[in-house]
Amino acid sequence: MSALHELLLLCVVLTNFWVLGTTRLSSTIRATAIQGALLALLPIALHPSWSVHTLGLAGGTFLVKTVILPGFLAWAIREAAVRREIEPLIGFSTSLALGAVAVAISFGIAQRIPMPESNSSLLIPVALSTVMVGLLVLTTRNKALSQVVGYLVLENGIFVFGLSQVERVPFLVELGVLLDIFVGIFIMGIVVFHINRAFDSLDSTRLTELKD
Amino acid sequence: MILGPLLTLLLVLAVAPALPGLATRTRALLTGRRGAPVLQLYRDLARLLRKNVVYSRTTTAVFRIGPMVVVATVVAAATLLPLDGHAALLSFRGDLVAFTGLLGLGRFALVLAGLDTGSSFEGMGASREVTVSVFAEPALFLCLTVLVLATGEISLAGMLGERLAAVWFGAAPSLVLAAAALFMLALAETSRVPVDDPATHLELTMIHEVIVLDHSGPELGMILFGNAVKLALFGALVTGVLLPLGLLPVWLAPLVLVAGLGVVAIGVGIVESSMARLRMNRVPQFLVAASALAVFGVILLLR
Repeated sequence: MSALHELLLLCVVLTNFWVLGTTRLSSTIRATAIQGALLALLPIALHPSWSVHTLGLAGGTFLVKTVILPGFLAWAIREAAVRREIEPLIGFSTSLALGAVAVAISFGIAQRIPMPESNSSLLIPVALSTVMVGLLVLTTRNKALSQVVGYLVLENGIFVFGLSQVERVPFLVELGVLLDIFVGIFIMGIVVFHINRAFDSLDSTRLTELKD
Repeated sequence: MILGPLLTLLLVLAVAPALPGLATRTRALLTGRRGAPVLQLYRDLARLLRKNVVYSRTTTAVFRIGPMVVVATVVAAATLLPLDGHAALLSFRGDLVAFTGLLGLGRFALVLAGLDTGSSFEGMGASREVTVSVFAEPALFLCLTVLVLATGEISLAGMLGERLAAVWFGAAPSLVLAAAALFMLALAETSRVPVDDPATHLELTMIHEVIVLDHSGPELGMILFGNAVKLALFGALVTGVLLPLGLLPVWLAPLVLVAGLGVVAIGVGIVESSMARLRMNRVPQFLVAASALAVFGVILLLR
């Protein structure tokens, strides 16, 4: 089982690179869906005791992060007819390189963070690097939808971080967090839709222009 | 002891021209065409060897030396690789630098030969080839770094030999990442689809094809053969990293290697049929992605 969760965590980092490297929005959404599925498998791989807690967490994560949110985002890009991120603030090659740097930094830092004993030595570095990659996407992309994807990746990182403490966090809190994300993405999706209606574009840099 | 590696090397050189054919045939079959026979390159080589060479009046000796350097460097690089996972013909500490340097020298000679023709198209192709290599070479070094860190050896024969088999399971994730990066590099180095299209003859999109446009006869054959051997070298690297060939008996390893080369060539064909060629400004991104994979492999080993 230990090899399985390490493999899942490595795949999470690979999906981070995928999000950083693709221009097509549908492809980044697919990457987040796959990342969500990997995260849903993680609680089961980490705690093979099949308790209601872990199974509920896995099921809820899968439902929200792999089915509903990516489906909703896919609907949003269809409605708004945006296909790809054209001009991010930082180019795709540079952001991939920065992503690699982020992974290096988080693996470096993770060993120095004093943490209560956890199930896998990979959890903390992967969580940190996912948060950093999410932040990178959130801040350097111009299309509002890419920024939503960045937010989702960032949140996935926090979720991985939370997994190291599953026994100590009550089930209800986790479900509450999932619900929060769900509502958050939902509102963002609707906002995105309205931005598109009002401005004929999802480029968030144009939101600084006044328009009557 | 030298006989085994020598025979393996000759075997690899002999099967190398079949690999591009296998890749192209796979691509043709997957896209619903019949395609050229797998052994087409052997026939092309035989035909080109019988032809005369035509030189443009603007070319100098640099143009004539180019193809020879290409073949010489690629074959010299092949002697450094422990192709069957047991021993290499030549091996010394730090020979991985010599390996990448030889491949770089071959490309340098080809680029110079292209520039020597004075044609603006070939100059453009040369500049593109160099752009690709600027990104490909660090990625290759990073992949080799993964191997160095995993095995603690700094010669190719050591890091791909029995030592790799001993540490394989401990370092499996890093090695798989390195193999994936090496496969991406193989596509770039031998100018296959996501980076370059061997079938295209549109001036605006060619990289490798445009440089060799003025070469003819046996010299063109040398370049084609050199490119095929390069694909075989990268295929051997991918196979060697993924399968610890050093565990197999000496007589079986070369056969497994040839099978691995075939699988890599078919993989190239599958990638070619499922991907469109990348726009020129996206090519560096593809190679940076390969480097990112290798960096991740390095980080996992340093942990």
